[in-house]
Amino acid sequence: MTDPLFYQGTEDYIVSNDLQNSVNISVALKRPLLIKGEPGTGKTVLAESIARSLGLNLIIWNIKSTTKAQDGLYVYDTVQRLYDSQFGEQNVSNIQQYIKLGKLGEAFESNERVVLLIDEIDKADLEFPNDLLWELDVMNFYIPETGETVSSKHRPIVIITSNAEKELPDAFLRRCIFHYIDFPDQTMMKEIVHVHFPDLENQLLAEALKAFYWLRSITGLQKKPSTSELLDWVQALTIGGIEPDKIAQEIPFLGTLLKKNQDFDLTLRQLHTRGTEAPSRAKRGW
Amino acid sequence: MYTNFFYALRREGIPVSITEWMTLMEALSVGLAESSLSGFYYLARAILVKSESHFDQYDLAFQTYFQGMETPEQLLDQVSQWMENPLPPKMFSEEERNELLKKLGLPDWESLKAALEERLRTQDGAHHGGGNWIGTGGTSPFGHSGFHPGGVRIGGESYGQSAVKVATERNYRDYRSDETLGVRQFEVALRKLRQFSTRLDGVKDQLDLEDTIDETCKNAGRLKLVWTRPRKNSVKVIVLMDVGGSMTPYANICSQLFSAVHKSSHFKDLKFYYFHNCLYDLLYLDASNNPKKAVKTEDILRSLNSDYKVIIIGDAAMAPSELMMSDGNIYWGIGNEEPGITWLERVAKKFPYNVWLNPLPEKYWERVHGSQTLKIVRDMFPMFELTLEGLDRAIKKLMVRK
Repeated sequence: MTDPLFYQGTEDYIVSNDLQNSVNISVALKRPLLIKGEPGTGKTVLAESIARSLGLNLIIWNIKSTTKAQDGLYVYDTVQRLYDSQFGEQNVSNIQQYIKLGKLGEAFESNERVVLLIDEIDKADLEFPNDLLWELDVMNFYIPETGETVSSKHRPIVIITSNAEKELPDAFLRRCIFHYIDFPDQTMMKEIVHVHFPDLENQLLAEALKAFYWLRSITGLQKKPSTSELLDWVQALTIGGIEPDKIAQEIPFLGTLLKKNQDFDLTLRQLHTRGTEAPSRAKRGW
Repeated sequence: MYTNFFYALRREGIPVSITEWMTLMEALSVGLAESSLSGFYYLARAILVKSESHFDQYDLAFQTYFQGMETPEQLLDQVSQWMENPLPPKMFSEEERNELLKKLGLPDWESLKAALEERLRTQDGAHHGGGNWIGTGGTSPFGHSGFHPGGVRIGGESYGQSAVKVATERNYRDYRSDETLGVRQFEVALRKLRQFSTRLDGVKDQLDLEDTIDETCKNAGRLKLVWTRPRKNSVKVIVLMDVGGSMTPYANICSQLFSAVHKSSHFKDLKFYYFHNCLYDLLYLDASNNPKKAVKTEDILRSLNSDYKVIIIGDAAMAPSELMMSDGNIYWGIGNEEPGITWLERVAKKFPYNVWLNPLPEKYWERVHGSQTLKIVRDMFPMFELTLEGLDRAIKKLMVRK
């Protein structure tokens, strides 16, 4: 049986061919899709785009350093039950009412198929992904307190993003489909900016992109500017009414692109040396 | 189907498992490759390769498998056959060495590499005891068990301790052995490497019993729970260990330390990497120093916080070229754009809590073969002997920013 679900990207999200392939592979094989890539390459937005393109609801589970795997399944609010028993206001014999499903549980319980985004899985503890192996494999879990098993009515499409802050365990990786989002090249970046600013002047865009990729080519930057910073910057440039030919020379509003002090200094130094050099000798890093 | 591709991937060092392979088969059977080679390329990559750092190896394996390209590995096999039945190691005296040094001079790496390539093309068999061809026991720059001030050691053991490059099998024995003698003492010493987190950060997930009783009493017997933060050891450690070559005599003590570090479960995080003689752009994940099982030093520098404490274990005695020159890496074929010293400086700068443990007894530090580099390294890292006492002092040093 072929799966009727086929992802093709959405108009507000430019997707490369191989990313589109990877999404469809993961949907067809019913395996979670693990997305890695530089910050700001649209990992999180991808899930939104998939949900919209396939007409499904999106459930987002944001992972923090304190998130435990159990939180995603269910939480048994023992303290509330204890309070209730002391106040004697409610009948506390029904444990059911103290079981609160987490995001994963919610996705399982949903009456229609959903897209589940597990965002920034590498933020959590090292063991976190391993704790979810079983649940993501068989798509059900058991609640011992009530003797219930929550299983998925429709297998959710699971998208997992990682910023590679931590290595993920092998056992977990084995079960995923992996895709690394490359940083977009100039042509693709042009399309991306166009989606967000359809009325942008071509010359301004070309100059901005030139400066942007020059900035990214500087060796030794601690944090290279990413797509989202470029978009902010382009907006700042249009609001500020900057002349296109000044952009590459001065890089105004540098603060929107670079967020670290050292990077700022480094770039200004580079900008200075580049400015004093004859244009023909201008190097693009080495 | 494609089973040899599976092995080609594994040969390139990509950790492909049977599970993933079966997934790929499943995907092919439902026609996800769209019957095209490029479709297969992306499909197999998405399923089999789980890190972008393996993409390059994947490409290599793919090329080899689908185009039948040959790698220079075969060449190495041939050379290692010439190296069989070597002459016994010839010991050169200090005068002889100096004379040779004067006569032959220090070659630069590029011309050395070109010369070796040329020899590989023209040499037809084994040559031993001479001064030109690849062989053993002579003064040719290529081969082993001989002496040349700046040659390439091919196979064999290091006798002259000055081969600029090593092109050998690199199967250094793994340090993961279960040593018991001495391990315990090391463990005890390592236990001092401890720093409890303050109760200021972290999750409040421990019941504060006293406060709970207090508060509940104040609350007229109605339960009121008070939570607090547990105190945990917050020390994170990176261990970098030199293996092979001049470190071989110290393998025993190093493996004791290795076992001790790994048994110490009290660190919040422990990273263990290997290097050979000096740090360059790659750090190895096991003692075989296989570049296929390696991480980029740059990535370590970027992704780990500066609160990691760095312990480097090595003799720091090497040829000056290995420390100061680009392409000084002793391994054949692994060039390094930046000299080892730059990498050492970066590590020292990024991780201010650092020590260097040297298995060489301190009294030899001034006189040993390689004392020149040892001194440079010593100026950069606080250096201690790899003894119980040295470790104790090193750990005290690690607890304070230098």
